[in-house]
Amino acid sequence: MSSPAKRALIDPIVDDNPVTLHVLGICSALAVTTSLLPSLYMCVALTTVAALANASVSAIRKVLPTSIRIIIQMTIIASLVIVVDETLKAFAFETSRELSVFVGLIITNCIVLGRTESFGSKNSVGLSFLDGLGNGLGYSMILILVATCRELLGKGTLLGYTVFSTVADGGWYNPNGMMLLPPSAFFVIGLIIWAIRSLKTEQVEEPEFRIHEVHRTEAH
Amino acid sequence: MPEVPPKPVVRRESVPRTLLVAFFVSLVCSSLVASAAVVLKPRQAANALLDVRRNILEVAGLMEPGADVNELFAMVEPRLVDFETGTYVEGVDPDRFDPIRAAKDSERGMAIPPELDVARIGRRAKHGLVYLVRKDGEVTRIILPVSGYGLWSTLHGFVALESDGNTVADIVFYEHAETAGIGDFVSQDAWRARWPGKRVYDEEGQLRLQVFKGRVAADDPLADYRVDGVSGATLTGNGVTNLIRYWLGDHGYGPFLHKVQGEGS
Repeated sequence: MSSPAKRALIDPIVDDNPVTLHVLGICSALAVTTSLLPSLYMCVALTTVAALANASVSAIRKVLPTSIRIIIQMTIIASLVIVVDETLKAFAFETSRELSVFVGLIITNCIVLGRTESFGSKNSVGLSFLDGLGNGLGYSMILILVATCRELLGKGTLLGYTVFSTVADGGWYNPNGMMLLPPSAFFVIGLIIWAIRSLKTEQVEEPEFRIHEVHRTEAH
Repeated sequence: MPEVPPKPVVRRESVPRTLLVAFFVSLVCSSLVASAAVVLKPRQAANALLDVRRNILEVAGLMEPGADVNELFAMVEPRLVDFETGTYVEGVDPDRFDPIRAAKDSERGMAIPPELDVARIGRRAKHGLVYLVRKDGEVTRIILPVSGYGLWSTLHGFVALESDGNTVADIVFYEHAETAGIGDFVSQDAWRARWPGKRVYDEEGQLRLQVFKGRVAADDPLADYRVDGVSGATLTGNGVTNLIRYWLGDHGYGPFLHKVQGEGS
């Protein structure tokens, strides 16, 4: 695989991750990660849409008038999302019910439009497809990490199978109900961002404001 | 990254060109969406029907793991009931009856008077489905579809009554969007297990069944009519009480159930 292609695919997974570096797509990461199975479906749905939307926008980039480019990109994304949503309803009925509106909300996921606008509209079809795929996988990685933490600590299960037997079932684990509520996803994502930025210090942003001590004589 | 060289901007930005691109993109996208909807529709409808049937079998106490839902469903007899008179409606196929579509119809549906609309559903059909479970020809359970507003969402479920038309056999909520971790107790087995044996009407025929705020004391004289609520989820609990008050009340299946009770005694 050539180097730009490799970079388009691999970079967004850790080094240029849409969730942890750009802090995009947080809404769905909070909402669907109470358990692992719906999160996996969500990952597949978003990755499919991101890759196909990026490739489609790239395919028409040479004829796309700039005045209507955003609405055209939204139209393409929305159509793909509807197709994915309908497919889930037909083939994964139970999970699609659990995901409820959140598959539909991929339309407004900043990751998808962000990639079509900043990458798909400037690069070749193949490269754009890989970039969408890579960003989808980067999002998926975070979603899977968060969902694993939340389901395991919140219910003591993974994919519905008992890992920690809970006190209610006569075991030892007392489930942390807070992990099933949306704020806990904030905490987990925050911890992941902290961990990644501690390891890769080049991701740490410059502070926008710096609080510094003012000497008494300077204050007046 | 390979940048595409700048293109002639003028021709691309002209109004006819813009309209043409917009038209063709819309055309392609709409045919994509339309064909997906048409191709997948039968499968989705089959899924939805299967889900409703599975839940009916669940409250009917007939569900077995791994069994064929449609095969088991042959043991359940759907009937249509006229809400006003409480009698069975003949001549309409219950399998083809769609309560939601009928509720919207000006002929077959009606607006619920606001003062009676405790479950906040707005409209209902004039006829309602009931599912009868028979054993050796005798009705053993009567299953009624119920729906009503909780805290965030409309709850949809089934209540199963014993053949006396007064004792709760089971209750299932198969669709809701109440708060995860708090209000979703309505779909949990532990809470569902508190319902069997509760009674709907007292000796005077007064509707008493309700979700109680807090734990029902053992010496509560109305313990037979009260189900433990969940603290922190009072409004979801009230929603369940309201939908029972509506659907088992005089404007819902009340007249039908009183007929059943009359036949039994």
